[in-house]
Amino acid sequence: MATAAEKEGVVLLDFWVSPFGQRCRIALAEKGVEYEYKEENLSDKSPLLLKMNPIHKKIPVLIHHGKPICESLVIVQYIDEVWSNNPLLPSDPYERAKARFWADFVDKKVYECGTRLWKLKGEAHEEARKDMIEILKLLEGELGDKKYFGGETFGFVDVAVAPFTAWFYTYETCGKFSVDEECPKLAAWAKRCKERESVSKSVHDPHKVYEFVGKLKKKFGLE
Amino acid sequence: MAAAGDHEVKLLGFWASPFVMRVSIALNLKSVGYERLDEVLGSKSEVLLKSNPVYKRIPVLIHEGKPICESMIIVEYVDEVWAGMGPSIVPSDPYDRAIARFWATYIDDKLASAIWIILGKLEGNKEEAVEQIAAMLPLLEDRFKNCSRGKDFFGGDTIGYLDIALGCYLGWIRAVEEIVGVKLLDEKKTPLLVGWSERFCVDGAVMNVMPRADDLVELSKVM
Repeated sequence: MATAAEKEGVVLLDFWVSPFGQRCRIALAEKGVEYEYKEENLSDKSPLLLKMNPIHKKIPVLIHHGKPICESLVIVQYIDEVWSNNPLLPSDPYERAKARFWADFVDKKVYECGTRLWKLKGEAHEEARKDMIEILKLLEGELGDKKYFGGETFGFVDVAVAPFTAWFYTYETCGKFSVDEECPKLAAWAKRCKERESVSKSVHDPHKVYEFVGKLKKKFGLE
Repeated sequence: MAAAGDHEVKLLGFWASPFVMRVSIALNLKSVGYERLDEVLGSKSEVLLKSNPVYKRIPVLIHEGKPICESMIIVEYVDEVWAGMGPSIVPSDPYDRAIARFWATYIDDKLASAIWIILGKLEGNKEEAVEQIAAMLPLLEDRFKNCSRGKDFFGGDTIGYLDIALGCYLGWIRAVEEIVGVKLLDEKKTPLLVGWSERFCVDGAVMNVMPRADDLVELSKVM
């Protein structure tokens, strides 16, 4: 008898700490979709990954009935469109455009700035610190007094940002600032997200992320 | 159904911007009248700074007073708001949509920066940038074969999302070919793309908004 995962035909090629992979896990969990999770070794990529994402050779890759979908926000939108329960994107076109804008903003800014923050020193580090605080404040501005970015319901932008909450501790420690102090509303939102099963099951402990970054720093000779 | 009044739709743009062109094409496909507000090179208007405070750049679509930013997000917005008018721009099948969105992101990542590097507007190795474009085009030729299914455009019978994402660069590709003296779009290497590019440029929705390569060459000298 086929398992639920086999019936749905969904496989996720992923890497445990990747915030981009976690977006897909959160979206699938929000929709209640059973899937097969395959952990990739990024220093020894599987033939399946290389075949399914020949252009970028990166995770995450969602494979649905044998067909690959790549790029985390493309995957999340695909999940939202195929499984129409608990919609992540709002129905109003203007609100959808805003949601896509802010998810795209996170893609363009957060990871790149975070990497500069833990990798660089001196003036470049100081610039990364300023940039990160500005990015988080812009996100807080968009969140405002809402429960979630999606309003009353957990939505597309929440899925896009939630995995990065596990990186706040790393950013705070590397940048010597406090998200609680600089962006209290965002910090409160992060706590609310962690209370959702889809997030708590998909996103790792911030200390594990910090440990992972520590190992990367040693690898790059930065410690 | 009443057509949108010109005063309701404004497009903040610049004649040479491929990103602005994407929005113009989408509006033209839907026969939506709009007011063009062109920015002056080297300065940013109050309207622009107010309507796109995050990136401070064009294009911005202002519809009934509300701003929408980021070109492909605007294209999806136009397709959704004026869904009953003109051809569909975004593919209807979720998988086709995911493929189109993936390739649009890929094109923006690779093609835009390569063009600016070749023009000397971005730091980088010009020869490598030319090679990067040359490596992309056969992939896009293959993609065209898959998407078009024997028809005129990536979108099938009519211009669609991926046609718009790639086609907007054609003016600049031709300008770069003139400036560098290298043939990028070569009918011997990518005959389908060459055929597509010719059809795209003479389409009613594109003709009046595609800048002439000569004008772009002149512009690149003063930029």
